Amino acid sequence: MSGQAGSAAGAPGAEELLEVTLRVNGVSRTAGVPARRLLSDFLRHDLGLTGTHVGCEHGVCGACTVLLDGEPARACLVFAVSAQPHEVTTVEGLGSDPGALGPVQRAFLECHALQCGFCTPGFLTTVTAYLEDTPDPTEAEAREAISGNLCRCTGYQNIVSAVLRAAELRRGATPEPTP
Amino acid sequence: MSTRQVGEKVQRREDPRLLTGNGRFVDDLGRGALHAAFVRSPHAHARILDIDIGDAWELEGVEAVYTWEDLPGRVAEPLPVLIPHPALTHPRTGYCLATQEVNHVGEAVVMVVARDRYLAEDACARIRVDYEPLPPVVGIPAAREAARLVHDDVPGNVAATLLQEVGDLESAMAAAPHRLTLDLAVERSASTPLEGRGVLARWDTDDGSLRLYSSTQTSTGLRAAVAAKLGLPLAKVEVVTPDVGGGFGVKIVHPWPEEVLVPWAARVLGHDVKWTEDRREHFVSAAHERGQLQEVTVGFDDEGHLLALDVRFWHDNGAYTPYGIIVPIITATQLLGPYKPGAYRVEFWSLYTNTVLVTPYRGAGRPQGCFAMERTMDAIAARLGLDRAEVRSRNFIQPEEMPYDQGLMFQDGRPLKYDSGDFPASLAALKALVGWEDFEGYRAEAERAGRRVGLGIGCYVEGTGVGPYEGGHVHVETDGRVNVATGLTTQGQGHQTVLAQVVADELGVRLEDVHVTTGDTRAMPYAVGTFASRGAVMSGNAVALAARVVRAKALRIAADALEVSPDDLEIADGVVSVRGAPGTAVDLGTVAVLANPLRYAFDTAAQAATQFAGTFDPQRPPVAEDDEPGLEGRDFYSPTQATFANGMHAAVVETDPVTAEVRILRYCVVHDCGVMVNPMIVEGQVHGGVAQGVGGALYERMVYDEGGQLLNASFMDFLMPYASEVPHVETDHLETPSPLNPLGLKGAGEAGTIPVSAVIASAIEDAEGIPIRSMPISPPELWALRQQHAAGTVTAQEGPS
Repeated sequence: MSGQAGSAAGAPGAEELLEVTLRVNGVSRTAGVPARRLLSDFLRHDLGLTGTHVGCEHGVCGACTVLLDGEPARACLVFAVSAQPHEVTTVEGLGSDPGALGPVQRAFLECHALQCGFCTPGFLTTVTAYLEDTPDPTEAEAREAISGNLCRCTGYQNIVSAVLRAAELRRGATPEPTP
Repeated sequence: MSTRQVGEKVQRREDPRLLTGNGRFVDDLGRGALHAAFVRSPHAHARILDIDIGDAWELEGVEAVYTWEDLPGRVAEPLPVLIPHPALTHPRTGYCLATQEVNHVGEAVVMVVARDRYLAEDACARIRVDYEPLPPVVGIPAAREAARLVHDDVPGNVAATLLQEVGDLESAMAAAPHRLTLDLAVERSASTPLEGRGVLARWDTDDGSLRLYSSTQTSTGLRAAVAAKLGLPLAKVEVVTPDVGGGFGVKIVHPWPEEVLVPWAARVLGHDVKWTEDRREHFVSAAHERGQLQEVTVGFDDEGHLLALDVRFWHDNGAYTPYGIIVPIITATQLLGPYKPGAYRVEFWSLYTNTVLVTPYRGAGRPQGCFAMERTMDAIAARLGLDRAEVRSRNFIQPEEMPYDQGLMFQDGRPLKYDSGDFPASLAALKALVGWEDFEGYRAEAERAGRRVGLGIGCYVEGTGVGPYEGGHVHVETDGRVNVATGLTTQGQGHQTVLAQVVADELGVRLEDVHVTTGDTRAMPYAVGTFASRGAVMSGNAVALAARVVRAKALRIAADALEVSPDDLEIADGVVSVRGAPGTAVDLGTVAVLANPLRYAFDTAAQAATQFAGTFDPQRPPVAEDDEPGLEGRDFYSPTQATFANGMHAAVVETDPVTAEVRILRYCVVHDCGVMVNPMIVEGQVHGGVAQGVGGALYERMVYDEGGQLLNASFMDFLMPYASEVPHVETDHLETPSPLNPLGLKGAGEAGTIPVSAVIASAIEDAEGIPIRSMPISPPELWALRQQHAAGTVTAQEGPS
C-alpha cells in the first residue's frame, strides 16, 4: 500500500500519507501510510509481517499482541505512526526460522499448545515478555499470565503447560514434558 | 524396523510454521488485491425502498459499488438450499445482496470494492439505504406464536416439522408407574473462531480461470457452488484452503454471499479482490447455533428404567435455512445417548426468526439433545431418591447388545445404529476418576467450612464420521518424498500430522518423508468437507487405503526388480527388502523411478527407467494394460453408516452463597473414540471442546433485543472464556475400536463440547437443590432462582407421578 502518495494527491477524499519509520525486530522499516493506519495493518500489509494476526480489532482477543520496548501491546489499538518511538517485536522477531525455534516457540510445540495457530503469535509475545519478568512462575501464575488472550481451540490447558515448559527451557533445563 | 506411528503422541508437523509467523491464513495472502466491504442492514426486518450510493464512487481509491441490481444471472438468484429434506417444506435462503427485503441485522445490501479496507469502509459510510421497517420476529416464543411472520409465504414461521416414533408411545406412557414433564431451554451461542471468514479471488484474464482462496471447511463444495453461480466450467475454478484460524462449524456453510461476490467482482474488474470479515460482521452476518425450547415427558418404573420418552422441541433456525434441518435432526436422534428409551417419540418445529441464520456449531444439536436427556435422568433420580449414576447405568445399552439399532433415521439418512461402545466401563472409569463414591464426604467437609459444592454428570453418544466419502491420494517421488492429498480441509486438527502417521505406517516410510495437503482442489478434486468429527475417520481411512494401493504396487515392482516374490518383501523406513536378507533391497525412490518408464533421463537416478537401461520383455508394453505410470495410488473410503463415539463427563462446582458465582473446581472426562491415531491431539480436541462447552454453560449467549438488534456483538460483550474461566480437564480414555472401518477409528472433534451444559446444570442443581432447567446460567440468574426458590415460586415443572 506504500508508494501511492503521488497518485493520491489532489483526488477527492485523498488522504495525506505520512512516512512512517519503525524499528521492527531490530530492523528499520519505512512505508508511506495515512495517519489512521493501525500498527497491526502496517505490520501485516505494509511490511508483509503477517505473523501478527487480527482477531477482533477492538483490543480484546490479544491475537495481535506485539512487544513495544519489550512490553505487550495490542497492535490493533495503536496507530503505526504512534509506534515510531518504540522498538517493535513481532512473532517473527522471536524466531522466524521453523528449523530454529526460540524457547517459548519450542515449548508450545512440545506441549501441543496450539491447534489452528491463529491466536498463537499473541500468546508467544505475551509469554515471552512475562517470562522476562517472572522466570519461574507457578502453574496458577502461568494461567493468570495468559488470561488476557483468547484461544478458541485449546482450552488453554496445554498453553499453561507451555508457559511452565518455556520457563524450564529458558533456564537451560531439558527434560521432555509429557504432553 | 520403523517405529509404529499410529497411537503415538507425535509432535505436530504444522507447528514450526505456525509458531514462527510462517502460517498463511487467507488475509496473509493477496498483497495488492482490492478490498471489499459491505453495507449491511441495520434492521432485523425491513423492506428496501431505495439505495443511494451518493458520492461513494468518487472517493479516491474506490473501484466499484454494487447493489443487487448490478448482479447478473445466477449471482442474482437466491443462495442454494444445501441440504434439502422432505420435511423442510418451506426452505428459504437469502441473496448475495439483499433485493427487496432484509431479514436480519447484518444482511449484506451493498458491496464496495476499493484500494484498501479503510477506503472501502469510508465509501460504505457514504451510502444511504432507505428502509421501511417491518415488525421483527425475535425469539422462539414469538416465532411459535406467529402473530408476525418472517417470510410472508411461510405460515406459522415453520420451515420444517418432523416426527419420529419408535414403539407405541401412547400405551407405554399410559402404563408407566411414574411420569415427569420438564420444560427446558438452551440459549444461542456461536462458533466464533478467532479468524473470521475471508476470501481472496484471483481471476486470470488470459486463462479465463479462477483461483479462490477461502477460509472454508469445504473446498470442493465451495468450488462446485461458485462454478455454478458464476457459470464457469468446473475445470476453470480451483479452490485452495490456506491455513484456517478455526472453524467449529460456521465455515462449512457455503457459498457465503461474499464467496460468490468476491470472485464475481474479481472477474468483472480483472483484478484480485479480497474480503476479510471483521469481528462485528462475524457476529451479525455469519451463523449462530443452539437456541431451543424443549418439553420432555418421561414415563419410568420404580427402578428408574425408561419406559416411554416423549420429546417436543422448538428450534430457532434464524432467518434462512441454507443448511437445512441438520441441527434439529441431530438433536432429535442423538438425544438418546447411551440409553434405551423404551418407546420414543420426538417431534420438532424448526422456526424462522429475524436473526442471524443457525447452522452447526461444534456439537451441532447434540449439546441440546444431551441437555434434555441428562436433565431428565437427574429428574428421575431425584423423584425416586436414587443415585444419579445408578439411574443412568440401569438404562445403558450393554456391550453385548452392540450393534444397537435405535430405530431412527440419522442425519445422513441412514439408520441410527451404534457400532460399538462399552458404557458400563466408561461409567466405571468416570466414577473412579472423579471419586463419585467419596463425594458426600467432600461435600460435608465443604459445608463445615461454609462452602457449597455440587457434583454433576452427563453422558453422550456422538455419531461421527458420516459419509458420503473422502478420498486419499498417495504419490512417491523419485527421491522418496511421499505426497499425500485428501480433499477435506483443516482448521487446527493436525491433519498434516495424523494423516502422515497413518501413511507412514501403511506404506512403511519415515514420518518426516510424508507431506500432507488438505483442502486443495488441485490436489484432490473429490471430497466432502470437515464437519461431524469426520476428519480422522474419513480421510484417515481413505489415505490408509490409498497407501495400501501404493504399497502393493511398490511390492510388485520391487519384486520384479529383485526377482523375488512380492510375498517375501517388506517395506520399512522407505526401503523394500527381502525378509531375512536385508542386503537385497531397493528404496522406494528407485521403485518410483522404475514405475515410470522414461524416454528422457532428467537426472542420474532417472537413467534406470529409460529405454536402453536394463532388460525387459519386448512382448509387453512399457506400461501394462491394467497399470498406470508412477508410484502413486488413489482410493476412497465410503462407509455404510456413521460410527458412534461416546463419553461421560463429571464436574465438581462450587457456588458462592452470596454472589451466586459458579466456579468449576474439577472437570473429568472419560472419552472413547475408538483407536486414537495421536492421543496428544485427541486430548487437545477434548480440552478445546470442554472449553467451548464451559462457555456455553456459563458465559456465552446472543443477547437480542426485541427489535432484533444483537446487543453483545463484540468480544467485549460476548463472554468467550479466557484461561481464567476454563478448568483444568482430567481425562481418561477407553479405546473401543469401530468395527466399521479399517483403522477402527471414531471421531473426536466435537466430543468435549456435547455434555458440558448438562454436566454443569447437574452440578449446580446438586449444589443448590434447585432444579436447573435453562442454560447458560449467569450469577444474576442463579441468584434470582434462589430468591424464587426461597419464596416458593420456583416451579420444578415436574408433573405428579
